Amino acid sequence: MRILTGNDLKSGSVTWWTGQDWSLHVEDAVDVTGSEDEIARREEAARRVNAPYAIDAERHEGRPRPSHIKDRIRALGPTVRPDLTLKPTETDIGTWVI
Amino acid sequence: MYLYDQYDQAMVDARVEEFRDQARRRLEGRLTEDQFKPLRLMNGLYLQLHAYMLRVAIPYGTLNSRQMHALADIADKYDRGYGHFTTRQNIQYNWIKLEQAADLLADLAKVEMHAIQTSGNCIRNISSDHFAGAAADELVDPRPYAELLRQWSSFHPEFSYLPRKFKIAVIASDTDRAAMRLHDIGIQIVEQGGELGAAFYVGGGMGRTPMIAPCIKDFVPLDRLVTYAEAVLRVYNRYGRRDNKYKARIKILVHEMGKDAFTEAVDEEFARMLDEGIEPPFAELERIRTFFTDPAFEAGASEEIDRTDPDFALWVDRNTVAHKAAGYVSAVISLKPVGGIPGDATSEQMRVMADLAREYSFDELRVMHTQNVVLPHVRKADLHALWTALDGAGMGSPNLDTIEDIIACPGLDYCSLANARSIPVAQKISERFAASGKTEALGQLKLKISGCINACGHHHAGHIGILGVDRKGVENYQLLLGGSEAEDVSLAKITGPGFDEAGIVDAVETAADVYLRERQDDERFLDTYRRIGMTPFKEALYG
Repeated sequence: MRILTGNDLKSGSVTWWTGQDWSLHVEDAVDVTGSEDEIARREEAARRVNAPYAIDAERHEGRPRPSHIKDRIRALGPTVRPDLTLKPTETDIGTWVI
Repeated sequence: MYLYDQYDQAMVDARVEEFRDQARRRLEGRLTEDQFKPLRLMNGLYLQLHAYMLRVAIPYGTLNSRQMHALADIADKYDRGYGHFTTRQNIQYNWIKLEQAADLLADLAKVEMHAIQTSGNCIRNISSDHFAGAAADELVDPRPYAELLRQWSSFHPEFSYLPRKFKIAVIASDTDRAAMRLHDIGIQIVEQGGELGAAFYVGGGMGRTPMIAPCIKDFVPLDRLVTYAEAVLRVYNRYGRRDNKYKARIKILVHEMGKDAFTEAVDEEFARMLDEGIEPPFAELERIRTFFTDPAFEAGASEEIDRTDPDFALWVDRNTVAHKAAGYVSAVISLKPVGGIPGDATSEQMRVMADLAREYSFDELRVMHTQNVVLPHVRKADLHALWTALDGAGMGSPNLDTIEDIIACPGLDYCSLANARSIPVAQKISERFAASGKTEALGQLKLKISGCINACGHHHAGHIGILGVDRKGVENYQLLLGGSEAEDVSLAKITGPGFDEAGIVDAVETAADVYLRERQDDERFLDTYRRIGMTPFKEALYG
């Protein structure tokens, strides 16, 4: 599957296209295969996202998981600062990344 | 230290307001990202893996306590309570919001700091010896010359769009503590016949094509320092490649032209420029020098150090460095606790460092390119009190230049260019060697880790270097041996096939064990490697 990501213009936070809006959580991302360019153009023009691009992902326990480790780290946060990630209380989240 | 005059302050303040307007236009949609990106980069604002990242320049690594306090306040007000000291005497904040960036820059400007020219194809922050003005072995303080070059290079219209970024380091001792020959221009202040001048080394660098800068001029009179630097830049600007970013650094130009032809071109340009009035009045250099006079060292300060506490004595042995004034040392604050993130400091740690600088080091701090911080002028009599305070704040690790004092770039945990994580490898290596008790036996062993070929972690210059690569989507680590960024500069060589994350930690220990087995007398790791070569290490690593 292909999922669409970018950054929030104001905050710089990593965001994911949910089909209707942008979410901080990659598990909300939807498959945009074939329509990624059109959505990216439209959303960027409306300033709802900054520098969007599509990446490869797979379904993992029913939810999207980026195929490449760089995108997984981007989705969660720095592996060396679990307190700064989106899931600071999930102690085994590192296995999802690595 | 140098203090802004009205022109410095006006320039920085104007730039803040210019950026405020640019950011507002971007947020309002009147600038596209393509239009805005080069503008924000000129102000040090990157879009990194997780958020905007701001790189703040610390000219030649010198800070006062007020500035360090401001950096701490910025970490709390605009970031997540910490900052990362980099390998070029800068500090980076990883979680900046575009809508707050102009306010942040305004706060920086209040303490005579900025993020200008910390990105883009321009002359970057001028770096220098972190012991400048304190070192027992220096000819003169190199910082006035670095400051002169900072002023010359700031907003220089001719050099704002170079073929690639451009880095300059200035030193004034035969011991190179600034990786001078791995810069685009390395300048060493030297003396000939009783006169001071500058030796120019041009065309060094790390990155994907590491090169050691050759000396193209062994003596340039100081009243021609800026003119000669400008001649080098003009030749580079004219002939440097712009068609291929991987071939665009000056090191490639020097290599392709050849040192002699390049030098000839610079000398011709220099001769043409002599009558152009480019050199600032010598009085300006003299004015700058007045900001770098010695503090009021105590005459007859005690040389005695009470070494009854063994932990303190170890820290003194490892983390203090000879000073030019009797009764004083330079003290290195380690930002490398065992298992910690190299170069990271919390806002509270920054405040502790600032307060200790005020109390014990004439209000001065230095940021090292090795991601530690120096208090340059500490009385020996104050060392125990200083160490006690540092240790209490998690900054008293006695590990300067040991295998636990690792340089590591942010790597894939933060950097959008990285291929592999650097920090976890550094953490595991420091934990491994601290637990094994081998750190003391290994002595000086400089280990440097980069998460990609851009080499921000200086892996080419490590006695042991590690380069993270992406092998079909999996992190892999190459091991390198034999590099040095010091006066005995050399480039490290790859041992062979790479290792996974656990394997690279084992491989480092294997290489260290070869050294312990093979060393003679007082040889450092690097000396033993140079004597016995790569073969024994390869045999141990790969069988």
